[in-house]
Amino acid sequence: MSCTTQHVIAAMRSAVNSVSEHRDELVELDRAIGDGDHGENMERGFLAVRNQLEITVPESPAATLKSVATSLISSVGGASGPLFGTAFLRASTAVGDAETLDGPTVAAALRAALDGVVARGKAEREDKTMVDALAPAAEAAEAASATAGSAPAAVLRAAAEAAETGARTTVSLIAKKGRASYLGDRSAGHLDPGARSVVLLLNAFADVTGAE
Amino acid sequence: MRVGLVIVSHSGALSEGVVELVGQMAPEVRVNTAGGTQDGGVGTDFEATSAALAAAETGAGVVLLYDLGSARMTAELAVESLAEPNTAVVVEAPLVEGAVAAAVAAQNEDDLEAVARAAEQSAGAGSPEESAETAATSAAEGASVATRAERELTLENEVGLHARPAALLARSLTGLEAAVTVSFGESTADARSVLGVMGLGARKGDRIGLRATGQDAESAVRRITELVERDFDE
Repeated sequence: MSCTTQHVIAAMRSAVNSVSEHRDELVELDRAIGDGDHGENMERGFLAVRNQLEITVPESPAATLKSVATSLISSVGGASGPLFGTAFLRASTAVGDAETLDGPTVAAALRAALDGVVARGKAEREDKTMVDALAPAAEAAEAASATAGSAPAAVLRAAAEAAETGARTTVSLIAKKGRASYLGDRSAGHLDPGARSVVLLLNAFADVTGAE
Repeated sequence: MRVGLVIVSHSGALSEGVVELVGQMAPEVRVNTAGGTQDGGVGTDFEATSAALAAAETGAGVVLLYDLGSARMTAELAVESLAEPNTAVVVEAPLVEGAVAAAVAAQNEDDLEAVARAAEQSAGAGSPEESAETAATSAAEGASVATRAERELTLENEVGLHARPAALLARSLTGLEAAVTVSFGESTADARSVLGVMGLGARKGDRIGLRATGQDAESAVRRITELVERDFDE
């Protein structure tokens, strides 16, 4: 099965719900090592995503991803706005004019999203950022999509599981980027909120595509 | 046509302050701001940044300066979203020094690349004698006939080598093939570095020394002498 525009839109709505449900959790995580606004910012951004998808229904997967990017860039604020915005913008470009997404295209979109975030944030793995979740996710997606007949749902599921594992590694890391880096050694012992958000998004995408 | 500037800051007040300062030294350069969030809070705003960027473009390109990390990302994203991303540059520079250096270069009608470079090199401005001499010497190497000129002058204007006079002094050297230093007391600065000249701290009544090398050395000293004698048109 491949992923239509309707599936992509449904996946984004699912992401909105997930971010809203986990708003307080993200606030708590960010309060420990950041300035505590990540949950609120992400919720505001994704509510803007939902509003925009209601105002203008996109006609392709790429247009959907671009709409999400624009909403996030304009409304999230802080560093997360440009970072998640860039991720969706690059994913949109990677998808191109495909009307439906197969496994390899989903994997390519994740890779493009990762490259965009790395370029924008100048962060590497083990800096205790969203890259620690997104990088293993992109790799797992590529490995899963290489399997013959691998559907987008399976690719996204593999990505979400790898992101989960990757996010857990951020607990022990010392932050090297962003506000948390000012804490130095004291940043260790806490899960990175950006990495957690990546997990939430990928889980939401995988749940919806898998349910179809 | 002059290169325009955009100041991307987390704070509206901070970005307006930079514009106020820069406006003294480079009155004809368009400097736009994107500071704070839409509701007046602390943060950066992509749409405001894009709008400031579009409004600063008069055909010569735009240099963007930022205060903190996520402002850089917002600025870069705004550039990447342009139809022609190569017409704008986000520079890695200290905000205030970079904005001043870029604005003075833009006032001199330098091109986009030169304005960006001026901002990037601003971090070292105002540093001790050695770097001023080195910069001056390397600038003089290109001159075909190396001549020298020196002069001592007394500042009679009210504010001494403060921001506006320093900018006028640096700008007076536009188009000249000469390496020029200004010295006061124990310190020496490259005359083209506004911040370096300001950093000398020379005030009314102080005596400064000029030293120029290169084929236009005499013109350089003459222009600065005229400025000082006119009290920088205060």
